[in-house]
Amino acid sequence: MNAVPVNADPMKPVQDDRMVGKSVRRREDPRLLTGRGRFVDDIELPGMLHAQFVRSTVAHGRITAIDLSEVRRVPGVLAAFTAADLELGDIVAQLGRPLSEFVPTAMPVLARERVRFVGEAIAVVVARDPYAAEDGLEAAKVTYETLPPITNEQQALATGAALVHEEAAHNTLVDVSLFATEGIDEIFDQASCVVRVEARTGRQNALPLETRGAVAQWDDREEQLVLHTCTQIPHQVRTVAARCMRLDERAVRVIVPDMGGGFGLKCVVGREEIAVAAAALRLRRPVKWIEDRKDALSASFLAREQHYTARAAFNADGRILGLDADVVCDMGAYSCYPFTAGIEPLMASAEMPGVYKVPAYRVRGRAIATNKAPTAPYRGVSRPQQVMVVERLMERAARELDLDPVEIRRRNVITEFPYTGINKMTYDPGSYLESLNLCERSLRDAGWYERQTAALAEGRHIGIGFSCFSERTGYGSGAFAQRKMKIVPGFDLAEVRMDTSGAVTVTTGTMSHGQSHETTMAQIVADALGVDIAKVKLHQGDTDRITYGWGTFASRSIAIGGSAVRLAATKLGDKLRAIAAAEWGISPDEIELDRGRVRRRDVDAVLTHEHLADIAYLQSHLLPKDIDPGLSASAVFDVSNDGTFSNATHGVVVELHEGTGQVEILAYVCVEDCGVAINPQVVEGQCRGGIAQGIAGALFEQVTYDAQGEPSATSFMDYKVPTAHEIPDISIHHLETPCTFTETGAKGAGEGGTIGAPAAVLNAVNDALRATGVELDNTPITPETVHRALTPSTPERTP
Amino acid sequence: MNETSELDDIQLITLDVNGTSHEVIVPARHTLVDVLRHDLRLTGTHVGCEHGICGACTVLVDGLPARACLMFAAQAEGARITTVESLADPETGALGDLQRAFTEHHGLQCGFCTPGFLMLAEGFLAQRPEPTREEIREVVAANLCRCTGYQTIVDAIEACATARCADRAEQAPGAEETPCN
Amino acid sequence: MKPAAFCYHRARDVDDATALLAELGDDAKVIAGGQSLVAMMNFRLARPGHLVDIARLRELDHLGIDADGGLRIGALTTHHTVETAPSRKLGTGFDVIRDAMAWIGHLPIRTRGTVGGSIAHGDTTAEWCLLAVLLDAEFVAQSPRGRRRIPADGFFFGYYTTALEPDEILVEVVFPRPAPHAALTEFAERRGDFAIVSAAVDLDVAVDLDLHAEGSAVRGGRVALGGVAAMPVRVPEAEAVLADGGSFRDCAEAAAAAVDPPSDANGSTAYRKHLVRTLVERACKEAVAR
Repeated sequence: MNAVPVNADPMKPVQDDRMVGKSVRRREDPRLLTGRGRFVDDIELPGMLHAQFVRSTVAHGRITAIDLSEVRRVPGVLAAFTAADLELGDIVAQLGRPLSEFVPTAMPVLARERVRFVGEAIAVVVARDPYAAEDGLEAAKVTYETLPPITNEQQALATGAALVHEEAAHNTLVDVSLFATEGIDEIFDQASCVVRVEARTGRQNALPLETRGAVAQWDDREEQLVLHTCTQIPHQVRTVAARCMRLDERAVRVIVPDMGGGFGLKCVVGREEIAVAAAALRLRRPVKWIEDRKDALSASFLAREQHYTARAAFNADGRILGLDADVVCDMGAYSCYPFTAGIEPLMASAEMPGVYKVPAYRVRGRAIATNKAPTAPYRGVSRPQQVMVVERLMERAARELDLDPVEIRRRNVITEFPYTGINKMTYDPGSYLESLNLCERSLRDAGWYERQTAALAEGRHIGIGFSCFSERTGYGSGAFAQRKMKIVPGFDLAEVRMDTSGAVTVTTGTMSHGQSHETTMAQIVADALGVDIAKVKLHQGDTDRITYGWGTFASRSIAIGGSAVRLAATKLGDKLRAIAAAEWGISPDEIELDRGRVRRRDVDAVLTHEHLADIAYLQSHLLPKDIDPGLSASAVFDVSNDGTFSNATHGVVVELHEGTGQVEILAYVCVEDCGVAINPQVVEGQCRGGIAQGIAGALFEQVTYDAQGEPSATSFMDYKVPTAHEIPDISIHHLETPCTFTETGAKGAGEGGTIGAPAAVLNAVNDALRATGVELDNTPITPETVHRALTPSTPERTP
Repeated sequence: MNETSELDDIQLITLDVNGTSHEVIVPARHTLVDVLRHDLRLTGTHVGCEHGICGACTVLVDGLPARACLMFAAQAEGARITTVESLADPETGALGDLQRAFTEHHGLQCGFCTPGFLMLAEGFLAQRPEPTREEIREVVAANLCRCTGYQTIVDAIEACATARCADRAEQAPGAEETPCN
Repeated sequence: MKPAAFCYHRARDVDDATALLAELGDDAKVIAGGQSLVAMMNFRLARPGHLVDIARLRELDHLGIDADGGLRIGALTTHHTVETAPSRKLGTGFDVIRDAMAWIGHLPIRTRGTVGGSIAHGDTTAEWCLLAVLLDAEFVAQSPRGRRRIPADGFFFGYYTTALEPDEILVEVVFPRPAPHAALTEFAERRGDFAIVSAAVDLDVAVDLDLHAEGSAVRGGRVALGGVAAMPVRVPEAEAVLADGGSFRDCAEAAAAAVDPPSDANGSTAYRKHLVRTLVERACKEAVAR
């Protein structure tokens, strides 16, 4: 195995001049630390107006009347528009699947005849300041003929249920049955051990600290609508905005300023940003919309509400024989663009076997429509849940077969690579077994097993749990096409330019929103071009400056965008060498790039980048005929195979407190392998932050809806984001199995933390509950749930 | 937001922000964070929840950390307001020690919550120069961060406190007996 | 989440404040630290037409022991001032009050939030309300009609409802006697949240006996709970157990048996009773160990 431990210590002595692999200080930090970042709400334009949205107060109904006459009379209000006023096209996301598998539905920018969730935007109010805009909302009069709200899976699928979309029978937007290995029923019939898990996971909000927002302005000189918005996918927002407003795509320019997080919530096209653009176009004045927290919690995009019914067959040695699962994802009211309502069920269905050698597999994945805020991808997309379910199955089988829970995993993890699984995916090399062993050893060496035994003797409840998983990253167009998306993301594009001062400008189609790309992409360029990292500046998030890009999601940026950057920088380096070769009259092969210069290998002679750039731009008559003037290179990178798999094992120790039901995390160890870590400190940051979000899902956060479809969480009092008090220190060990087909050897690192944490936490809680005979498979696990598990006689909570 | 609606009670107030006195005309209902950001164009202080829980708007009021979303600007008249814009060296723009600690420990990712954490820590360390790690963690729990998992924020504040303590020990002879956490 | 428009009035002194309140009527609200009120106004759940800012009334920002040995705290004193008060001002036997401050929100809330604001807001889980009920505090309120004293047990009427008249402001809280063996504890899913249940006890401990032998030195005490009813309540059934020399566990059981807490999203009746059991016992142990 080629995994090697990596030293993430920034104080590690410098071995060589290479930037990749070093925890260099972030380029983003100085402006962000001094309050000089520029987020969308920091943009102030002359004559700018402020928008807010009249939103539905009912979960399901027909709009019988919208009266905005009083709104328009509110002091400070300048305009108010309904769908009928703006006449925008709908947002429609498509899959290339038959109607039996996928029903396309339209998401209007503003609701027309029908409202489908509490908080759905009905009209946009534009005022001189945000205070007056809110005054305006209070004057709106909307009347509804209410329809029965569909607030859960049972209601949605019930015979004769009201339909959220008339075209989607049984409220089913996606229904796929996949793989169905021949003979799988016989395998289950004959297996010596069959274990089952039924699990429900709570509806969560990805919750970037910066809410959504946009500033739109019509520019007469450019004949262009300029839309500043915090999105992970600027080019796709441009496409949709242009189509909805019936403009040429060149007449829309999307600019993304600094972004306060996204986590997937901002990688779909929001309705409000289109409405704000349309309002600015209509009024010919700049219009700003900043989503408030109440709307961000209840009326933006949510995720993660899923119901699994799964079983696994094992032989007496604990080897898995088959996996059979039914996944129902509650997608809320609309299909998001570009991913559709298929985002969660298709991910869950394709990737459930995970890191294990599963010989037989069958899955049914469904997306159902309900009268709740719609679903967007959220960090990990379905994998936090599917890993949790599979890891619960492993634990349950270990108990049935009286095997050590780590040992049963050892017997089942993939160890030979490349491995083509029952799910038809080919896994590139990883360190599944090594990470599992190292994680267990780390907890053992710290004495946690002894402490657990000692605590048990004192009547305390300490549990140890693991999760072992991989994370497909760097999805290329091949992988997305396989999912039969009609809008197929995958490739990305980079351009690297050098000016006469030797400074380097890089553009990428990826869109950092906390991931440190200004630093990591510069590290890649610095090495490929032999320039000082301080000479490299990254630009992203401007559709007029960047030819095309797919943005940042699915842990694709370093694997795909970073590869494109590396290729483009290498091409530019080749050009520098070619110009130098012409000047020296030698072959480019005899020249190497070296710290802002090119150097002859044979004799001690150098030429500076500035000198070569002078020739390229200012004295191009000196260039040989086969070399074009200028110094720029661009490259496209795509992945045609199934992508590259990062992997990790998480180990958690928890104590359950009998007096309160509180789950206290005593220790957390993460052993991760994302191939070559461009910047180990950044990778650790991604792990820790991801794990915190995974713990949040396992123990704290949930949006519930009452019978009328009213959401429970409209403030941070009800949506319980964990704080530093709840999130423990996390110790991280790195392994490194370089990717063989990305240009840097890197794999994606953005989502693993979130994927692994719920399973490990749940397994640890259940380990601590071992003596009670109770097992908990639903998240979030609240203190009251734990209390009930520890006190089985307690009467059930009244509904 | 200088145009105001007829509904509003307009106030002429003087705000002392980062040692500079500003006269502003604002409606009474405008919160301190909105006035800092829009009237004074000090956009380093961010708006995260407008109900006092996330802490992105944390500033110092008379040296103590406070939520600028839970104060009307009119209430701040007569108080010393300190924002993130005050932390770097005004002449050179060089980062202050707390800011350096945040970058060294990767205590920020998207950076949106960061000004709030910086001001929280600045106010806290002024009150309690030699805190334990647990005390730091308790205080860091006052604000929300979605990116870092908090550990590196605690690390950064701890490192800054330790370094300041060492500096004080160096400056005060015979101070070796003073324990530095 | 921007508040509705209002008129802002800055009171010069207490008389000015009460006169303003009397003149402006029901549509006026007092603002001190504003840590609850402004959040509610931002949600437009509260929309007073007038705010009377009393923050300049420095005469209400004080803390000290009076001639009768009671602790007097001005209504504008912040939680943070109490939390960091030097012992010479706080006197002996009032540590329970200082230590309880750590449970109130977080530091940036405590620096602005005031004692009077918290009490006048009347949240059932508020620490100040619970302390007042536990320790038989008296509130001094002033209106244009003059000053009056209101005992804590006649002050809280229900959810966010108190005995204060619309033109009356709370000027001072008096804790009449030291409580050297008292403690307050609580539980919420996240530290700093409003408690699901809070418990406070004030034990009468025979000083010359062994303090660590649980129960043996305890001759009686008071038990109060928050989060189990519309207002903080004393629990006579649990106090009877202490007076009879019962164990802390029995006292806690009696408290749990005596209350009928509401069931809501933060906890069922059964779970709240369980928390009562845990927290009363925990508070007793902390109190006796002081």
